Amino acid sequence: MGESSVTIRCRVNGADVEVSGHPMMRLLDALRSGLRLTGTKEGCGEGECGACSILLDGQLVNSCLVPLVQADGVEIVTIEGVADGDRLHAVQEAFIECGGAQCGICTPGMVLAAVSLLKRRPSPTDAEIREGLAGNLCRCTGYQRIFAAVVNACRGTESGAS
Amino acid sequence: MSIGRPVVRKEGRAKVTGQSRYVDDLFLPGMLHGVTVRSPVPRGLIQAIHYGDGIPWDEFTIVTAADIPGANLVALIADDQPSLADVRVNHKEEPVLLLAHPDRSFLEEARRHVTIEIDPLPAVFTLDDSLQRTEIIWGEDNTFKTYQVARGDVEAAFLTADTIVEGDYETGAQEQLYIEPNGMLAAASQDQGVTVWGSMQCPYYVHKALARLFNLPDAKIRVVQMETGGGFGGKEEYPSIIAGHAALLAWKAGRPVKIVYDRAEDMAATTKRHPSRTRHRTAVSRDGRLLAMDIDFTIDGGAYTTLSPVVLSRGTIHAPGPYFCPNVRVRGKAVATNTPPHGAFRGFGAPQSIFALERHMDRIARALDLPPDELRRRNFIQTGQTSAVGQVMRDPVDMPRLLDRALELSNYHVKREPFARSHPAASVKRGIGFAAFMHGAGFTGSGEDHLASVVTIEATAEGRVRVLTSCTEIGQGTNTVFSQIAADALQLDSSDIDIAQPDTSAVPNSGPTVASRTCMVVGKLVESAALSLRAMLRETMDPALPFAAACREYIQHHGSLRASAQYQAPPGVHWDDERYEGDAYGTYGWAVYVAEVSVDVATFEIRLDDFVAVQEVGRVINPVLAAGQIEGGVAQGIGWALFEQVTWREGRMANAQMTNYIIPTSMDLPPIRVYFEEMPYEYGPGGAKGLGELPMDGAAPAIANAVSYATGVDIRSIPITPESVLELMEPARG
Repeated sequence: MGESSVTIRCRVNGADVEVSGHPMMRLLDALRSGLRLTGTKEGCGEGECGACSILLDGQLVNSCLVPLVQADGVEIVTIEGVADGDRLHAVQEAFIECGGAQCGICTPGMVLAAVSLLKRRPSPTDAEIREGLAGNLCRCTGYQRIFAAVVNACRGTESGAS
Repeated sequence: MSIGRPVVRKEGRAKVTGQSRYVDDLFLPGMLHGVTVRSPVPRGLIQAIHYGDGIPWDEFTIVTAADIPGANLVALIADDQPSLADVRVNHKEEPVLLLAHPDRSFLEEARRHVTIEIDPLPAVFTLDDSLQRTEIIWGEDNTFKTYQVARGDVEAAFLTADTIVEGDYETGAQEQLYIEPNGMLAAASQDQGVTVWGSMQCPYYVHKALARLFNLPDAKIRVVQMETGGGFGGKEEYPSIIAGHAALLAWKAGRPVKIVYDRAEDMAATTKRHPSRTRHRTAVSRDGRLLAMDIDFTIDGGAYTTLSPVVLSRGTIHAPGPYFCPNVRVRGKAVATNTPPHGAFRGFGAPQSIFALERHMDRIARALDLPPDELRRRNFIQTGQTSAVGQVMRDPVDMPRLLDRALELSNYHVKREPFARSHPAASVKRGIGFAAFMHGAGFTGSGEDHLASVVTIEATAEGRVRVLTSCTEIGQGTNTVFSQIAADALQLDSSDIDIAQPDTSAVPNSGPTVASRTCMVVGKLVESAALSLRAMLRETMDPALPFAAACREYIQHHGSLRASAQYQAPPGVHWDDERYEGDAYGTYGWAVYVAEVSVDVATFEIRLDDFVAVQEVGRVINPVLAAGQIEGGVAQGIGWALFEQVTWREGRMANAQMTNYIIPTSMDLPPIRVYFEEMPYEYGPGGAKGLGELPMDGAAPAIANAVSYATGVDIRSIPITPESVLELMEPARG
C-alpha cells in the first residue's frame, strides 16, 4: 500500500496522454481504469491469454505484464485505435465477414495480433498464421474462422480495400 | 429470405472495435470493489473469524451470513447451498465472508489478513469414497439423485448372449474457461431494491436467487445481462452467487459494488464439468446385434446439489447412445464430495456417458472381430424405433447416411488399413477413429413445460421491430439468429430487427440460455410472436401499406403494437416424470465425427492431423454461425480429450491458472471440417434444431478410438496425456 506515484507521458491511439500511478501499476489498468479505454480486456492477468494485447512501439505485448513506468515515452495502439474513424481496418472487416468473433472477449487482442502479424508478414502461410496468433487464446471459435479472417484480410489489403 | 444465409453477427462491429460493454467495463460513481474470503479447509465447523492487525478495517465494508436480509441460500433446485457459510463449510472454496473497499489494490492484502478458524471434519474427495460412505457428508447417503431406466429383460438376455463385453470408463473435470471471468456489479437499497449488471447466461435464475436472498418482491429485483464473454454452462448457476455477494455488499455499504473474479479464483471456485465413471456390460450376438446393455453412470456432484440431478438425467438418457437395443438398464447416480459443486458445461452429462459408450462400441467391435463402422451400422436406431426411455423416433433418423458421409469425407477406409500396417517399426504411429452420437435439444423431460417460456415482439411507429427475450447472447449468435427468424416471419430484412438487452425489468422470462434450446425452442417462440404481430397488422390495416406505415397507423389507433408467444409442447410430445419415461426431448441432433491422429512413441505426444464433423441439426439458420458453433465445440472436445486436466489437492483445483491448465491454442488444432445434412424439423423455427452442445459429445471418443487404434493400447479414460499413454504402452517405465 505504498504511496509512491509516477507520471508518465505517452501517445495512445495518436493522442498525447499523461498517466499517474504506482510505477508498477499494470499498463492494462492504466488504460482501462485511468484512460477508460475498456476495449483492452483482462483474461488471465499472467500473460497467457493475450486478451490484453496492445501494440507498444509497434510490438504486440500483453499489457497485463507491462508496468506503467515502462510506458513512458512509448507509442501505444489499443483496439480503439485500429479503425480509421468509422472506416474499419481490413482485419476488423474480415473478422465480421468470416465469423472470427463470437463472444468477443478475445477479439480486441486477436485483432491486434492479426494486425501485427500482417505488418510483419503481409501474406502469411497457414503455419505463420497459426504461430502469429498462438499467444492469443480463444475458447469459442476453435480458431478456424479467425484463420479464415486473416487470409481474407490479406486479400483485402492486397486489393487495396483497406 | 434471411434464414439459411450467412448474415453477419449483429453485434460484430461493436466486438471488433472494442466498443462492446462487458461488466468490468462499467464504472459507477462511488463504486466499491468486492472480494470473497473462502474456507481454508474442505470440511469443518466454523468457530470464529479474526481480523488481523495492520489493516484499517473501518474503511472496509464487511459482510457475513448475519447480514443477509432474507434466506441464506442460493436458490436453484434444492435449498442446500448457503450464500455465505455460517455454521459449517463443505468445500475449500466455500464463501464465508465478503469485503469491499474503494481501492481494489487494498483488497487482496485485507483478504489475507482475515483468518477463519475452523474445526476440521473428515472429508470425502473421490467417487469411491463417496459411494463407500467413508464419511456421510451430504444427506443420509451422499447421494444427490439416482435414476433408473429399465427396458426389456436385461438379465435374460445376458444368459443367452454369445458374447459379453465389459468395461469401465472415466472422464475428468473440465473448466469452461470462458475468457471473460465471472463478474457482477450491484446497486442495492431498501427503497430502490436490488439491481445487478453482469456476465451471465440466465437472468431469471439470478433474479430468483436475489429475491430469496433479500426477501424482496420480484418487482424490486432487476437483473441486466451485459455483453458476456463466453459461458459454455459456466455462467448458468454461479452468477447467482456472485450477484448475491455483490448485492449484499452494496446493500450494507450503500454504494455500488463490483466483484470481478480474477482467473485463479474463477477457475478454483466456480463450477466445472462433472467427473464421471461409466461401467458397461453388454450382451451381443455373434453377428453384432446389441442384445442387452447394462450401464452404471456415476457423476461427482461436489459439495451441494446445484444442477447435478439435471446433468445426471441428461447423461443417463444419452448413455445408450444412438442405438436400438431391446433390453437396457441404466442406473444413474450423482454423489457428493467435498469439492466445489460441479455444474453445467456444454453437453451437460451427455459427453461423459457418450465417451464411455463410443469407446465401448469400438471394444465390442474388436471382441467380435467386426469393423467398428459395421457394428454401428447393425445397431443404429431407426425412424419409428423406440429408445431406452420409451421415446418413439418419429422424426426421420438416418445415421447410416451420416456415417457413410463422414467416413468418405475423412477417407477413413483408404487410410485405416495402411495405418495399421505401418505400426511395428514406425516412431510415429497413425490412427483414425470415429464416434457416432446424438444430442437431445431443449430441456430434458418435462423441463420445457415447467419453464413455459414467453417471448414478446414489439414494433415502433418507425417500423423497427424489437425482440424481447431473456435469452442471452454469449457468443453463440442469439442476436443474429433471432433477427433472421423474426425478419423472415415479418418479411423484413434482418437489419430491421433489434434485440432488446436482457433486463428482467423489460423482457419476459423465456427461460435460461442453456440446453441447446435458444434457437430451437425460444427461436420458435420468436417466430410465432412475429407471425402473430404480422397477423395483427394484416387483419386491421390496408395490406397495400408498407410495414412502417402500417405500424405507425396501428400504433396511432391502439397505442402500441406487441405480440407474445408462450411455449407449448409439439403435439404428441409427452414425458412422465414419475415413471421416468416418454419423450425425453422434442428432437435430437445426430452426428458422426472422425479424428485422425499421430502418436509419437518417443515423446507420447498426440497430434491431430484431421477432423471431420458431419451432423444433422435440422435446417441451418446461419451457416457461418452454425459452423462456428461446431468448430468451437469440437475444439473444447479436443481439449477435454487431450490437454485439460484438473489436478485436485484436498478437493481444490491446484492448477487454477492458464499456465498449467492447458486449453488448445491455434497451434494445437487440426483443420476442423464441418458438414451439415439438412433435414428440416417440423417444430423448429424455419426447420432448425438445437446444435450448440452436440459438437462437445463426439470429439473425445473419436480421438480415444483413433489413439487406441494407432497405438494398440486400450484407452479407458480422458484426458489422454502423454504420461497416460506412456503408462499404458510401457507399464514398466510408467
